[in-house]
Amino acid sequence: MFKSLKIRIAITVIVCLTAMYFLIPTFISNIPSPWNQYLAKEKIHLGLDLQGGMHLVLEIDTDKALEAMMERTSNDLKESLMDNKVRFRNLGKANGATISLELTDSAGKTALENVLRDKYPDLEIADTNPRENGQLVTLKINDKRAIELKKLTVEHSLETIRNRVDQFGIAEPEIIPEGDNRILIQLPGIKDPERAKSLIGKTALLEFKIVDEENSLEEALHGNVPEGDIIAYGMRTDKSTGERGSVPYLLKNKALLTGASLETAKVQIADRFGEPSVSLKFNSQGSIDFERITGENVRKKLAIVLDGVVHSAPVIEDRISGGQAQITGTFTMDEARDLAIVLRAGALPAPVNILEERTVGPSLGSDSIRQGIVATLIGTLFVIIFMILYYRFAGSVADLALIINIFLVLGVLAAFRATLTLPGIAGLLLTVGVAVDANILIFERIREELRTGKTIRLSLETGYNRAFITIIDTHITGIVAAVFLIMFGTGPIKGFAVTTIIGLLASLFTAVFVTRVIFDYVVWNFNIKKLSI
Amino acid sequence: MSMELIKPGIHLDFVGKMKYAITFSVILAVIAIASIIFHGGLNLGIDFAGGSIIQIKFQKEVSADQIRTALKSTKLENSTIQQFGEKEFLIRTHESFSDQKVLAENLENPLTAVFNKDYEIRRVEVVGSKVGMDFQRKALFAVVLSWIAMLIYITWRFEFRYALGGIIALVHDVLIIIGTVSIFNIEFTLSILAAVFFIIGFSINDTIVVLDRVRENVKLNPKQKLGDIINMSVNQTLSRTILTSLTVFLTVLALWKFGGAVIHDFAFSLLVGVVFGTYSSVFISCPIVLLFENLQISKMKRKK
Repeated sequence: MFKSLKIRIAITVIVCLTAMYFLIPTFISNIPSPWNQYLAKEKIHLGLDLQGGMHLVLEIDTDKALEAMMERTSNDLKESLMDNKVRFRNLGKANGATISLELTDSAGKTALENVLRDKYPDLEIADTNPRENGQLVTLKINDKRAIELKKLTVEHSLETIRNRVDQFGIAEPEIIPEGDNRILIQLPGIKDPERAKSLIGKTALLEFKIVDEENSLEEALHGNVPEGDIIAYGMRTDKSTGERGSVPYLLKNKALLTGASLETAKVQIADRFGEPSVSLKFNSQGSIDFERITGENVRKKLAIVLDGVVHSAPVIEDRISGGQAQITGTFTMDEARDLAIVLRAGALPAPVNILEERTVGPSLGSDSIRQGIVATLIGTLFVIIFMILYYRFAGSVADLALIINIFLVLGVLAAFRATLTLPGIAGLLLTVGVAVDANILIFERIREELRTGKTIRLSLETGYNRAFITIIDTHITGIVAAVFLIMFGTGPIKGFAVTTIIGLLASLFTAVFVTRVIFDYVVWNFNIKKLSI
Repeated sequence: MSMELIKPGIHLDFVGKMKYAITFSVILAVIAIASIIFHGGLNLGIDFAGGSIIQIKFQKEVSADQIRTALKSTKLENSTIQQFGEKEFLIRTHESFSDQKVLAENLENPLTAVFNKDYEIRRVEVVGSKVGMDFQRKALFAVVLSWIAMLIYITWRFEFRYALGGIIALVHDVLIIIGTVSIFNIEFTLSILAAVFFIIGFSINDTIVVLDRVRENVKLNPKQKLGDIINMSVNQTLSRTILTSLTVFLTVLALWKFGGAVIHDFAFSLLVGVVFGTYSSVFISCPIVLLFENLQISKMKRKK
């Protein structure tokens, strides 16, 4: 292929130097300043099983997001139908992501269809049932749009979680979508997993709602909730006993303003008790809305609701301009800081469930990597000594190739920011085995050829050529299998397959190409009578 | 003078012993399956079955019984408690402790009551049963598809019966590793799965080397009987087979001896796998190639 020895030596040197270039940050942690800007910056990423940290798999409840959307749509639809003089009753969100309503007019259906076509292209009539004086209609989101919305929900959640993790300040987080509605999160070296979990998993839907003081809270608590109202609970700490109890509120269900109108949120320490609170600043439209809302509701109570829990419900003394508000409550400093982060990053469009959680303490991570590395080194040392004892000079050539092979795999892992995990080390080990095997195959063939009395050059030539057929088949079979593992496997399976593929490709290069370069160099430049093999 | 483990010109009768080897393998396979059935399936780790695993290191010597007493009348009462290295323990349960409060109530508070704060929770893994099932399905799917891919590739490069021989040897090896894992009641975890992948890779490599020699010799000596050619090929590659297996075996032995508790079971499965992966290349894949050759010949005879 490349007849010229010089070109082949050049290729070998270039490949080795490139690998070294990508490995420098892994082996030298503090590169002095004029140099560090010219060198690669990425270290080899160690998996959490080796490094310690937290691994989470979240499932985004996209159905809940659709239901919440239908809940909002049903409120709008009510107004639209009234505007269009369509007569209906009992309109509301029904089971799952559907809206049901009763049309009380025979012409109602055509009118409803017109409203849907003009204003709600995403909705379609799923079912109609005749009722006394009219018909019961069930509306749903059309399937194509539902799939689209679910996809958007996942993307939006991913974005929000990324924002939160970034603001929390975790080095090298990995946040990757998995499957249709899952998100894989890896937080290496995290110290307080519980806090990270609540930061990531909190929906953080902030809503401002008016407290309904015209109707009786007592009656509502007995099951008589007025239409358009809901009961929500707030936490209150008794200042004297320190006990936390819950307080019910009767609220108008319609959210006047949500966290989406915020520009920023930050922690503030109130002067009087030194208790932290979170101060909010609305964006320009939010400020205008907030001023209007407070102006319209002077003397009423405005509840600040976070994920369905009332944090406070102060009385609106006067119209508030300037777009500032505050959430007070009984926060610790960390709680207040995390709340400010989630409010800044925005609400999750849907609730999330934790499907899988692994936390590995940093001490265990470093223990297992230390032992793993020591064991791998001892094993590799065995192989190296064995090869030299058995094949003498040729063995040392194979050993050199083996070491280059390991460096190449690590270099590629560093360059592509792949992560090295325990299954990955298994893959590396497999390629060490296969690479040594390739050289054993070649050397045994050369020995066979030498035994038949051929010259050294001819024996090398035939030995390499014959063994190459076998080697290419073993390597490609391995690569084919690993490609399928990548295509259909998940996380750890992929980790194994990726290192295996890289390792097998590297082994083709080192065990076949590089060793041949060295042999040719030696045989062509020195007058060798007997090959030490 | 260079070393030679196997002298050139060696001629052992492998084909003649294949009958015994197949009987031996069938017995092993039956034992493996019987053990899996006897244990009511594999002892699946939380990666596949869902549940929680908690690793705790104590500062003083404690016993599993002491821990069990401490955890009495909590949700962890019926969990498996296993010593794991020095002063270290693994607690396994099929419940998911995703909530810190639940974990504190059922583990930390009772432990602190008995052992003070003289312990460190080093690892908590919680896998939902849904994820576990998903993973089981995906792992199986990936393995089977990779086998089919190899079957197609080897058929293309060699012949179908070679591919069949190779894949059946793989199934044999995997069955024996899983059987061993079951007999020793080792938990089937992700790292055992990684070991299975390793052995699949190792075994197919070994098989192809032998079959490649068979293919080459068939071309060189088209008139010779296939049985003799297989014998010749196995003998020619014997030196390489033993050298490679020995080096890999030594490497894995180092892992087993020095790798620590985390990879102990992984390395053990590898040791078993390397031995049987080597054995199967000679004694499983070759007879299958031979078997199909004979079938073909008898078909041809009938046609005549």
